[in-house]
Amino acid sequence: MRSINIIFNLGIKELVSLSRDPMLLLFIVMAFTVFVYTAASATPQTLHKTPIAIIDNDRSQLSQQIVNAFTEPYFLPPEYVSAQTADRDMDRGRFTFIVDIPEGLQRDLLANKQPEIQVIVDATRMSQAFTGNGYVQAIIQTEVAEFTQQKAIMPVTVALRARFNAELNSGWFSAIMELINQITMLSIILTGAALLREREHGTIEHLMVMPVTPMQIMLSKVWSMGLVVLVAAAFSLFIVIKQVLDIPTLGSAGLFLFGTALHLFATTSMGIFIGTFARSMPQFGLLFLLIILPMQILSGGMTPFDSMPIAVQWIMSLAPTSHFTEFGQGLLFRGAGLDIVWPQLTALLAIGLVFFIISWRNFHQRIAQMA
Amino acid sequence: MHAGLVVSATDLCYHYRKTTALNGISLAIPRGQLCGFIGPDGVGKSTLLSLIAGARAVQRGQLQVLAQDITSRRSRKLLMRQIAYMPQGLGKNLYPTLSVLENLTFFAKLFAIPAKQRDERVKRLLTATDLWSFRHRPSGKLSGGMKQKLGLCCALVHNPDLLLLDEPTTGVDPLSRRQFWKLISEIRQQQPDISIIVATAYMEEAEQFDWLATINNGQLLTSGKPAQLLADTQTTSLEQAFMRLLGVTSQATPNPPQPRPEHDRAIAIEAQHLTLKFGAFTAVDDASFRINKGEIFGFLGSNGCGKTTTMKMLTGLLPPTSGSAALFGQPITHYDIETRKRVGYMTQTFSLYEELTVAQNLKLHGKLFGLSHEQLTERIEILAQQLDLSALMPQLAKQLPVGERQRLSLAVALIHEPDILILDEPTSGVDPVARDTFWRQLQVLARQHGVTLFISTHFMNEAERCDRISLMHAGKVLVTDTPAAITQASGKDSLEDAFVYYLAQAQPDTATPRVSSPTQRDEVVVQRRGFSLSRLLSISHRETIELMRDPVRLAMALIGSVILMFVLGYGINMDVDEIDFAVLDRDRTSVSRDYTLNLSGSPYFHQQDELTDYTELEQRLRSADISLAIEIPTNFASNLQRGNQVELGAWIDGSMPMRGETIQGYVQGMHAEWLNYQLSLQPSAPSNPGRISVESRYRYNPDIESLAAMVPAVIPLLLMLFPAILTSLSVVREKELGSITNFYVTPTRKSEFFLGKQLPYLALAMLNFFILLVQAIFVFDVELKGSLMALTLASLLYVVVATALGLIMSAFLNSQIAALFGTALATILPASQFSGMITPVTSLDGLARWIGEIYPTSYYMIASRGAFSKALGFGDLTVMLIGLAVAAVLFTMIGIMLVKKQER
Repeated sequence: MRSINIIFNLGIKELVSLSRDPMLLLFIVMAFTVFVYTAASATPQTLHKTPIAIIDNDRSQLSQQIVNAFTEPYFLPPEYVSAQTADRDMDRGRFTFIVDIPEGLQRDLLANKQPEIQVIVDATRMSQAFTGNGYVQAIIQTEVAEFTQQKAIMPVTVALRARFNAELNSGWFSAIMELINQITMLSIILTGAALLREREHGTIEHLMVMPVTPMQIMLSKVWSMGLVVLVAAAFSLFIVIKQVLDIPTLGSAGLFLFGTALHLFATTSMGIFIGTFARSMPQFGLLFLLIILPMQILSGGMTPFDSMPIAVQWIMSLAPTSHFTEFGQGLLFRGAGLDIVWPQLTALLAIGLVFFIISWRNFHQRIAQMA
Repeated sequence: MHAGLVVSATDLCYHYRKTTALNGISLAIPRGQLCGFIGPDGVGKSTLLSLIAGARAVQRGQLQVLAQDITSRRSRKLLMRQIAYMPQGLGKNLYPTLSVLENLTFFAKLFAIPAKQRDERVKRLLTATDLWSFRHRPSGKLSGGMKQKLGLCCALVHNPDLLLLDEPTTGVDPLSRRQFWKLISEIRQQQPDISIIVATAYMEEAEQFDWLATINNGQLLTSGKPAQLLADTQTTSLEQAFMRLLGVTSQATPNPPQPRPEHDRAIAIEAQHLTLKFGAFTAVDDASFRINKGEIFGFLGSNGCGKTTTMKMLTGLLPPTSGSAALFGQPITHYDIETRKRVGYMTQTFSLYEELTVAQNLKLHGKLFGLSHEQLTERIEILAQQLDLSALMPQLAKQLPVGERQRLSLAVALIHEPDILILDEPTSGVDPVARDTFWRQLQVLARQHGVTLFISTHFMNEAERCDRISLMHAGKVLVTDTPAAITQASGKDSLEDAFVYYLAQAQPDTATPRVSSPTQRDEVVVQRRGFSLSRLLSISHRETIELMRDPVRLAMALIGSVILMFVLGYGINMDVDEIDFAVLDRDRTSVSRDYTLNLSGSPYFHQQDELTDYTELEQRLRSADISLAIEIPTNFASNLQRGNQVELGAWIDGSMPMRGETIQGYVQGMHAEWLNYQLSLQPSAPSNPGRISVESRYRYNPDIESLAAMVPAVIPLLLMLFPAILTSLSVVREKELGSITNFYVTPTRKSEFFLGKQLPYLALAMLNFFILLVQAIFVFDVELKGSLMALTLASLLYVVVATALGLIMSAFLNSQIAALFGTALATILPASQFSGMITPVTSLDGLARWIGEIYPTSYYMIASRGAFSKALGFGDLTVMLIGLAVAAVLFTMIGIMLVKKQER
């Protein structure tokens, strides 16, 4: 009971401290509104306004038909380039795709000679290159089929239906991922830096001569800073994502916040862990970068988790963000319930506990050196 | 403006948000004299000094220094060469990791003193101050007195006409204090026309001054010769005069100590052979003492002699290496919660929560000690009354002047009614009136409440109020007795003399006669005007030394990026494969199975157990068991045979849109292929079907290796984040720790400061670039097909931008935590998502598109990919190089513009 009292009061102290740093508050607000909004509205689709060029050596009805098939929003209006300049244009990054239509395409097709169209893809353009290539192929084949009127002969179509996000609007995805990123980033910085600040201002020394244990100091920071981020996340979810961005999320918001709380337990413990290691703010900053970048980029938020090498997947499964991202996607997009997401929640709790215990042991050992 | 004046102020006002520091002060300070400011804490002495020094911008009123208007930028530039300023706080403007010699040389370089003169001067100053033998010691490891002497050297290095010293002897032991003033008087002998203005809390020091100004509540009370002040107030000592002026009545002499406590009283604190070693350094060496209950025990000694360490051991903060200590007979074991409840501890530096109000601080600490609500209310009321805190309750601790802070600290230490109070220099920097009040309260505690007091101090009149004192030096307790007995034993007249006698005995080296004097008038210091490359380089040099002395930071900056490149290079993979799919086959014919085989035969797809109905389909998509479900309708084969319209269904998990789109593309492609195949099988085809083949050729990376694609994209990310965060923290850190003042008060130009700060991090970033390059080529086997020179040039321009960006951020921010979060926000998202690392900038929308178009990472990303994968050289990268060069110039110019040359 007394212990709970101490933890509560120390936590309140953290909240008051935070409320007195207006610049930091401004950044927090920005992170959960402007940044989430900007990330969400950045990329409506992977294939969006893809720059494409055509080398039309045929200048036939068919080639014209193919060119006209590349339309917005997937493609920018195709530009005609000559074979001589095409390479240089791609070198300069002007186009992701260049479709090379050979001379006599239409004639050869009708003569059943199986002409070949080349699609040159800028492989450095990553996602756009891979996703777009399938589209470009399909578009060309469809146009050719229409031209030769094969449709009537082979009337099999495939009705593609994207579940959970019918228009494959990547803004939805980006919004949630940015929210997750900000939750992780802020919670680590707030707790870690709060610990370092106590050290730099000598207040940790003061705490240590009082009947307060390291465990209580840690728990107070975990709950208070966690709460700040949780409130900010809830605001971002309900107001920015649901209202302003109008993204229809499925699943229970309560369950999402519960998962967020578990995630925060893990990340705030990580923050304390880094805070006990670093001796100064610049050191903390570097350690923070070292941890936050892989967590943001490799947790399945930017690239598919399953495509990463097994070793990396294994390492990243130790990071709470990987499970939180999976949990968030399952819950908010696929409307998964507790029956489906419980493994992720368990993983978050386990990781949180491990980090908390390691941090506690480390804090306990190092606290004497901090004074 | 009178020629005989060094400073003339008219109606000067200064406000910090709501608090008023200076309230229309007007004063005229004579030239060529030793002048002093005295007054209670927080009345604006320091503010006034920093305004005169030009460190702070004048808000209202007029201020002329050395007959020039300090508010004008032009004259300030000239004045900076004539003024020297030593801010408050021990070694506040020194660089703790730099050695004595490096510190002093750095200041000399800031004033662009030619090398030969500089070395001579540095040596003479250090010899004169007895610091020459410590010249290689880092200034952070010097004792307080030595730090102040070094600070003085740094101030004197450019032969100033006006020397401003803000409480130079606060927290300095008596011996060092004497040496300090001796040095000042020698300087005045050598250089009779130098003007010195000092703010001090020591009245005995102020008595030596030629001219004194008393200040209260931001206004001038009196000014003139000290004798005049005594005459006006009809007092005999300045201390009394001071109290009279403030309208405080006080006893003429300090309270005589109460009779020594009886020996049969309980022993409160006992230390036996207490020793603490930090590696080879012995901080406390075999200290033994015994303190009775209700006794006031004073702890005296030079700076860094082990007083604080002893106190920390007694509070249980530090475990002793050997020996033991006991409080009330209970041995102190590390982390004993019960002992802590009986002890109140006040640290040397203010260590309460500055962001909390006085009331919040008291409540928090009371609650931490487990006081009930009623107890707490009662205690706060009593303490507020005793320590005169009632009026301060709603104020933030940050805004309190030192004296009031110390009272608050004492109240916090007393909140739980401890039996033992351990107070570490509680009155440092506190004005005489407040100190007197403070001591009377301590005596009440000891005498009336039986509280045992263990207190360290540098004030001799305070030591005289103790029952017994210990003199400590270099970790050893020299003598322990009553003040009177100690004075007597030394054969001196006063306790101060006795103290100096004991210390001088313990450290004979200070008695060595000096051969040189600190300054020589005949020398001509050439000070170049305008932009100085050597000044810029000296700032870089200093920053580099600091960086080199923090190997952890250096190593993390270099190794960190290498590790990240490994993780990100291998980890980021845009391929979509191993797609789990399942089929809901309602037809179950060879044709439908053929369709399924067509999919499962592809390397992209991975077939899972067949579906039985829609519910299962939905369920398995939801749980991410499968990402694609194909439904083949009944009569698929027969309808196909008859040429009827048939529609297959494909459900794709769209929760990750990028992946969903790729799967869509695959399905369409596979479907088209299957159709073509089926057509070719149909003998009944009425006409020639006519087919074309579409061949995709992946340029630059024909095997579509993720690593080859990612490495050139990860380098720009890393080269943005690391330099930006390091530079922004490096400046904000100086702001937090106080050394930024050196930039404010020296003739350093904005551009010199900015570029000087930037240069070392630029070098670090380029080193980083080459390491990453080697890693990419030799470890990852990613071929650099294009021009190495072009890539290096692009990288150089890019890291100029990155470091400048960090410096720009630092212009707005004052706390390191905000600098870290702010810079992380300003770099991570734009660099990783809006700069074409994964999605090309041309495909972005809204604000992100705008950011991507102007964010330098976009340009460098193209340059890096161009040079690595596309075999591009200077010619092809011209546009990007020009873009980066423009950004570099622009960012640097904006950064220089934003640097503030004065505190506002």
